[in-house]
Amino acid sequence: MSAYQFIDHTFDVVVVGAGGAGLRATFGLANSGLSTACITKVFPTRSHTVAAQGGISAALGNMGEDDWRWHMFDTVKGSDWLGDQDAIEFMCKEAPAAIIELEHYGLPFSRTEDGRIYQRPFGGMTTHYGKGTAQRTCAAADRTGHAMLHTLYQQALKNEAQFFIEYFAVDLIMENGECRGVVAIDMAEGTIHRFRAHKVILATGGYGRAYFSCTSAHTCTGDGGGMVLRAGLPLQDLEFVQFHPTGIYGAGCLITEGARGEGGILRNSKGEAFMERYAPSAKNLASRDVVSRAMTIEIREGRGVGAHQDHIFLHLEHLGAATLAERLPGISETAKIFAGVDVTKQPIPVLPTVHYNMGGIPANIHGEVVTIRNGVSDTVVPGLMAVGEAACVSVHGANRLGSNSLLDLVVFGREAARHCEETVKPGTRHRPLPADAGDLAVSRIDRFRNAKGSRKTAEIRLDMQRVMQNHAAVFRTGESLQEGVKKLDAVYDTFGDVSVADRGLVWNTDLIETLELDNLLGQALGTMNSAANREESRGAHAREDFKDRDDVKWMKHTLSWVDEKGDVKIDYRPVHLNTLTNDVEVVPPKARVY
Amino acid sequence: MAQFRLPENSKIRPGKTYKAAADAKDVRSFRIYRFDPESGATPSVDTYEVDMGKCGPMVLDALIKIKNEIDPTLTFRRSCREGICGSCAMNIDGVNTLACTRASSEVKGDVKIYPLPHMPVIKDLVPDLTNFYAQYASVKPWLQTRTPAPPDSERLQSKEDQEKIDRPSACILCACCSTSCPSYWWNSDRYLGPAALLAAHRWIIDTRDEATGERLDALEDPFRLYRCHTIMNCAEACPKDLNPAKAIADIKKMIAERQH
Repeated sequence: MSAYQFIDHTFDVVVVGAGGAGLRATFGLANSGLSTACITKVFPTRSHTVAAQGGISAALGNMGEDDWRWHMFDTVKGSDWLGDQDAIEFMCKEAPAAIIELEHYGLPFSRTEDGRIYQRPFGGMTTHYGKGTAQRTCAAADRTGHAMLHTLYQQALKNEAQFFIEYFAVDLIMENGECRGVVAIDMAEGTIHRFRAHKVILATGGYGRAYFSCTSAHTCTGDGGGMVLRAGLPLQDLEFVQFHPTGIYGAGCLITEGARGEGGILRNSKGEAFMERYAPSAKNLASRDVVSRAMTIEIREGRGVGAHQDHIFLHLEHLGAATLAERLPGISETAKIFAGVDVTKQPIPVLPTVHYNMGGIPANIHGEVVTIRNGVSDTVVPGLMAVGEAACVSVHGANRLGSNSLLDLVVFGREAARHCEETVKPGTRHRPLPADAGDLAVSRIDRFRNAKGSRKTAEIRLDMQRVMQNHAAVFRTGESLQEGVKKLDAVYDTFGDVSVADRGLVWNTDLIETLELDNLLGQALGTMNSAANREESRGAHAREDFKDRDDVKWMKHTLSWVDEKGDVKIDYRPVHLNTLTNDVEVVPPKARVY
Repeated sequence: MAQFRLPENSKIRPGKTYKAAADAKDVRSFRIYRFDPESGATPSVDTYEVDMGKCGPMVLDALIKIKNEIDPTLTFRRSCREGICGSCAMNIDGVNTLACTRASSEVKGDVKIYPLPHMPVIKDLVPDLTNFYAQYASVKPWLQTRTPAPPDSERLQSKEDQEKIDRPSACILCACCSTSCPSYWWNSDRYLGPAALLAAHRWIIDTRDEATGERLDALEDPFRLYRCHTIMNCAEACPKDLNPAKAIADIKKMIAERQH
C-alpha cells in the first residue's frame, strides 16, 4: 500500500453528501461553531435534491384548514403502518417551522393571492383524518427541489461552511464498533484523504441506479449504504422501493405528482380515468404505491396505450396553457424535450418508474445510526449518523407520501446538527486513529484500479439493473424473487472478474463507477433478499402470493447485513407504535383505503 | 515579449478512431476532445463511431454509450440527465449547452464535443470551475435583511413580485453563459461574468432583500460589471432560456438611476 499516501484532516464533524439533508446539517453545524467538513462527490447544487419538483409538505394552512396531526395521520397511513410513529410525529410537528425557516432564507416560493406560500394538493394528503383533500404541499412552481437546494447551498456559503467538492467517500474508519472518520479520494488530484471526526453524518442519498429504469440521477448509487454494509452494520427495510407513477415512458424522467395535484388525470387506452375504480375517494391523488399498481394492472389487462400497449397517458391539456405555464413550467419543458409532447395539446406517455428508497441506514430521530447489539434493537453506533434518503428513521415506512421527502431532509438535517451541537464540544481532542485506519478503502481502490478481469463495470452494472427491474418490480411473487436472488448472486460473482481500463488517479471515473457499483450491488442483494423474505403485502412491497398485510407476523422492520461474499443475513427491529409526546394519539392500524 | 504561439499543451493532435461494428446501420461519428494530465501527452481529438440504432436520442446518451461499451476512460461530468443539475455542460457542435438535453439529431454531420471554452481543463470534458463558483459566492447570493422576519410566519410577497425572481432563480449554474462570453474569456479574473451577475440581479430585485444599495456598490466597478459589452452570447447559450444580458443591463440602469 506504500504507493498511496494519506493526507490527514481532523474536524469535529464530517458530513458526507451535499444534497438537502447534508447541506442543512452542514450549515447548521458551521453556524454552531463546530469545525465541520462537507465531503461531496458532486458540486452541491448538482445533488439529486435538485430534481425534486412538486413541493415540500407542512401543515401551514395557507390554502385552507390544516393541522400537523392530520399530516401525521396521512403519513402513518401512507407508510402502511411500518413508519415509526414517534419519528413521524416529530417530522410533521416540526414541518411548519422548517418551511418558514426556508422562506426566511429567501427560498423563492410561489405565492397565494395574499402573498403567502402557495400550497398544492398531493397524493395521500388529507384533512380531518382522511375526510377532505389537503392543500399542504408548499411549492416553488415545479422546481421546488432546485429552489430548496440552491437556497441551502447559499446558506452554507453565508455560514462559510468548509467543502471538499468532488471528493468521493470510499469507506468509513471503524474502531471497535465506533466510527472514527471516513476516507475519500480527491477526484481532481487523485489523492487519498483521511478525515478524522467525532461524528460522521452520512447524507449520501438513495440507490435508485440499482434499477434499469429510474427517475434517479446517475449519481444515486447509495454510497453511504455501501459503506455501512462494509462496516458490518445492517440496512433497514430495503424491500420497500417506491415506483413513481409518472416517469416518462422510455426516458424515465420524472413528471411531478404535482401535475395530478393541479388536476392532471391518468387515462388508459379506452380513455377511461381508471383511478376512480381503484381509489374512489382520492382517485388520481391516491398514494404512489396504489397508483403504480393500478397502472400496472391496466397495462397487464390490455388497456395500456401506445403501439405496444405498454404505458399510460397523463392528461394535462384541460388545465389550460396559463396554469401550465405558471404552475408546471418545468415539466412542460421536460415533456417537450424527452417525449416530444406539447402538454397544452397532448397527453404525456408515462410508466411507474423507480424513484425512492424508503429503506436505508437505520437511524433514530436525532440521526444517530442504530443497530441490534446483544438483543437490544435501538443500540446507537457511536460516532455514526445518517440523514435524508440514505437513512431510514423510519418516517416513510413501506411507502413515502409525495412531498414528505424534502421535508425529511430539512427536519432531520437540522436535527442532526442540533444533536451534534448538544453532544460535541467544539475542539474536543481526538484519540489517535488505529494503525489500520483507511486500509480497507485503500485496498479496494488499489484492487479496482488495477482490475484486469474480463467484464467491464458497465456490463456488470447492466446485468444487475436488469435483474432488479425484472424481479423486484411493482408486483412480486416468491418464485420470481427467489429466481432474482439466484441471478443476483451470479451477477455478484462476476464482479470478481471486473475490468477497469483507466489506470490513472486524476478524475478516474471508470474507478469511481466501479466503487459505486460495489455500493449498488450490496444494496441490490439486500433488497432482493429482504423482499423474498417478507411474506406479506405492505405499501410498495406487493406480493401476489401474499396479498394481505399481516400485522401479527410482519409489523416489523427488516434488517439486512451483506458480507463481502454477498451472503445476506436478516433480522428484525420492532416498529415504534408509540408517539413521542402526549400532543397526539397513536394512529391504530387499520385497512388502508383511498 | 509577447507570445504568439499556443503553449505546447494547447496544441491538439489527431487521436484514435474507434470504428463501429461492421453490421451497424445508422453510424455517426462523435469527435471528442481528449486530455489526460497524467500521460504527459498533448490533447487529441478521438473519433468514436456510434450505432445510433442502439443509442438514446441525446448527446449524453451517446457519451454514456461510448464510455460503457467502447472506451471506459472517456471522462465527463453527468448526473440528473434531465437538464436540472447542470453537470454535463459542454461545447457541442460549437455551442455551449447541456449534453443531456441536446439531441444528437439536432447536429449536422460529425458531432464535435469539446469542454466549455476558455476554462482550464482537468481531464477530457471536465473543466475546472473553481473560479466560476468563487465568483458566484462573491455576489453574496443569499437573503440579506435588517428588518427581523415575522417569528412564526413567512415574509409576505405578492405574486407579481415573486414572478420577477421566479425565472432568474431557475439558473442551474451550468456555466454555459459565462464561458460563451468573449469578455469573460479575456477578463475572467476580474469580470464576474453573466451567471454571477444574473444571481446578483435576482437578489437585487427580490422585494424581501434589504441590501440593494450594498449590492449595487459592490458591482459598481469597471471590471466586475462593466466588462459586459452586450454581446448577448449568454442569452443565446442559456439552456434554460434565461437572459443574463437583460439582468446585467438592468443592474447598469439601476446604478445610473441612483446617481441622479
